[in-house]
Amino acid sequence: MAEQDGMAEQDRPARLQLSGISKQFPGCLANDQVDLALAPGEIHALLGENGAGKSTLVKIIYGVLRADSGEIHWDGQPVSIASPSQARRMGIAMVFQHFSLFESMTVAENIALGLDHGPDLDRLAAQVGEVGRRYGLTLEPERVVHDLSVGERQRVEIVRCLMQNPRLLIMDEPTSVLTPGEAESLFKTLRQLADEGCTILYISHKLQEIRTLCDRATVMRAGRIVATCDPRHETAHDLARLMIGEDFSRASKTAGGTRGAARLQVRGLSMAAAAMHGTPITHIEFEVAAGEILAIAGVAGNGQNTLLAALSGEQLCASAGDIRIEGQDAGDLGPRRRRRLGLAFVPEERLGHGAVPEMSLADNALLTGYERQDLLSRGSIMFSRTRDYAQRIVQSFQVVSGGVGSHAGSLSGGNLQKFIIGRELLQKPKVLVVAHPTWGVDAGAAAAIHTALLDLAGQGTAILIVSQDLDELLQISDRIAVLSDGRLSECMLTAEADIGRIGLLMGGHGRSEGDVNDAGGERRAAQT
Amino acid sequence: MEVLAAVLITVVGAATPLLFAAVGELVVEKSGVLNLGVEGMMVLGAVGAFAVTLTTGSATIGILAGAAAGAAMALVFALLTLTLLANQVASGLALTIFGIGASALIGRSFVGMPVDRLPQLDLPGLSGLAIVGPLLFGHDALVYLSILSIPATIWFLERSRAGLVLRSIGENHQAAHALGHPVIMVRYLALLFGGAMAGLGGAYLSLAYTPMWAENMTAGRGWIALALVVFATWRPGRLLLGAYLFGGITVAQLHVQGFGFAIPAQFLSMLPYLATIAALVAISADGTRARLNAPASLGRIFHPET
Repeated sequence: MAEQDGMAEQDRPARLQLSGISKQFPGCLANDQVDLALAPGEIHALLGENGAGKSTLVKIIYGVLRADSGEIHWDGQPVSIASPSQARRMGIAMVFQHFSLFESMTVAENIALGLDHGPDLDRLAAQVGEVGRRYGLTLEPERVVHDLSVGERQRVEIVRCLMQNPRLLIMDEPTSVLTPGEAESLFKTLRQLADEGCTILYISHKLQEIRTLCDRATVMRAGRIVATCDPRHETAHDLARLMIGEDFSRASKTAGGTRGAARLQVRGLSMAAAAMHGTPITHIEFEVAAGEILAIAGVAGNGQNTLLAALSGEQLCASAGDIRIEGQDAGDLGPRRRRRLGLAFVPEERLGHGAVPEMSLADNALLTGYERQDLLSRGSIMFSRTRDYAQRIVQSFQVVSGGVGSHAGSLSGGNLQKFIIGRELLQKPKVLVVAHPTWGVDAGAAAAIHTALLDLAGQGTAILIVSQDLDELLQISDRIAVLSDGRLSECMLTAEADIGRIGLLMGGHGRSEGDVNDAGGERRAAQT
Repeated sequence: MEVLAAVLITVVGAATPLLFAAVGELVVEKSGVLNLGVEGMMVLGAVGAFAVTLTTGSATIGILAGAAAGAAMALVFALLTLTLLANQVASGLALTIFGIGASALIGRSFVGMPVDRLPQLDLPGLSGLAIVGPLLFGHDALVYLSILSIPATIWFLERSRAGLVLRSIGENHQAAHALGHPVIMVRYLALLFGGAMAGLGGAYLSLAYTPMWAENMTAGRGWIALALVVFATWRPGRLLLGAYLFGGITVAQLHVQGFGFAIPAQFLSMLPYLATIAALVAISADGTRARLNAPASLGRIFHPET
């Protein structure tokens, strides 16, 4: 049966056929003779590391960029796609990795902006409701995007695409910001779309979801196609090897290190949210000892940002004793004085918070490293030392860039993340607080970051990781706690932690002990 | 009573040039461009309108020339900032300095020459009414145009598709570009509109408010218009309020000075600025709303290729 379908598909022209696409950027060949064919109704994965050229390729398909050479065939006809609006007219729609929504506008206005000749807003609201019912994507057209959660925002983007009845839907890393539950309902929508004949080009480096969702996978490396396979018949490890081009081993915590003295202590910390829609935190208590990695799991938006601001010193605590670093009261100290005590900090947001996009890598290295790396001499910057330091970061963490003079904003997300983590790690901090260490980073780089974190802990640094990625936390942490609605659960030994219970805590169901034990038991029973 | 009516009419005169320039700048800023050259476009509009009216004898052609002069200045600014990607703040300041200098040069031979004040629109039956007549129906065409520009701008920004696209470009130009909206073209058009409106404000000054040309006769009104846009949190309705409040206090303090109160004149001259700022700050105290109204891409340079 399946073979017959395969035969039939070969006779029909591919929905989209790329042949010999090349694109040169200053300093790198982003796409090198790329061939790709997408059949009608298939979910096709485009896999690759950061900087492999996936984003460039889809931008060419969507008309944002022009290829230097190569041909594009759409339903067998040669075409040239000059602009996104032309791509939309042909039936190509795209959901961007960084949402292309307008925050101060309503859902209906945002959707109207994605349509070439939108109907008036009232009729549009009715159509949004109809599409929502068909695909299970409920939206309130009158709400302002600013007030929506990340999952809801993505729904807006998808509905905007679906309103155009697309025949090719491109999704650029759609699940990087979603909770597991949101991702699962997204997959349902995508499968329904594919069954109706829409082709889906799915870009990701989450191997597990590609294996469950996609019919075919094309792997890119350094601008070229290196393999095409059926991901359902490959192991995650094989896919990762294709992507990276070499074998790699996952770092993992060796159980049972000796715990040293407490280096970071948080006692009864409560704080109001700084941002407009942030979550306040209530009575947070934990300790991180020398050589230990403590993980704080939880779905984004449960007080992580407030906790991180309190720890970094961006927001001062009510009393100095709320936070102690190396036994000294630090709650009333600003970020610079906390760094002097030995704290290093990697924020969640890479551009604008972790790094200044318009400044060079060397300057960005200086920004947090100037004291611990001795980059100043009587108040003036020692440029050669600063460049050396940046160079060491680039080399130690294999940051792909155009040299230490290139702008931070010109790096791909994963490479910038490696740079920022490297900048903090090389300062040999006594306490490291890191948010989402491998967000948007491919498997090879993630393994490298994990290894570096474990090495650092091995040298006696106390590490606190705040992340949504439970797999990662379970893999490298010694103890784990869950942040939910601004409250922190008790800390559990990771080796003995019950996944079902952590999942319930993350979902906010961990408050009353009795329920948890029951529900946790069911979860375990269901899993076996 | 008639004195009061006369005072109120001068209030309208003081408010109208501000309103023109501020509405134009509001649309420009809503598209994400910060043009600090309002003062320069306004003063060139004033001299252009005056000179053309005097030489052709037609106030209509003069007004159009004023708008065209402002738009021409805006075109220079657009070329610099949108095509050549120059810094908007520096280019805007240069535009103002250039406009003041160029207008003085052009207007040298026109200093002290008289021109007929713009005629009042004569509405049969209405203009003749006591008090209400001159107050509501006794103005020239530009006054009505300036007031009508407010509902027109509200309709354009809130109800029309073109206005929606313009706001989206001011909000997030990268996203608008990715959706295929013509960022650069929309900003060119917005700037031309802003320049023409500033030119009309200038034309009103030299043809109606004080029908003559004097060097630097805008006297900082372009800067007030810029401030009004910010303090009105980019909302046209509040702009109307702010412009008339400013005009009202400007006129009131002149009368107070006339009565010879023992308050130094300098303090009275400050009053319109202080009162306008205080009033607009008070009504936009809700910081959240203000932030949502502010165009997020304001003043940022747009590189088409990310």
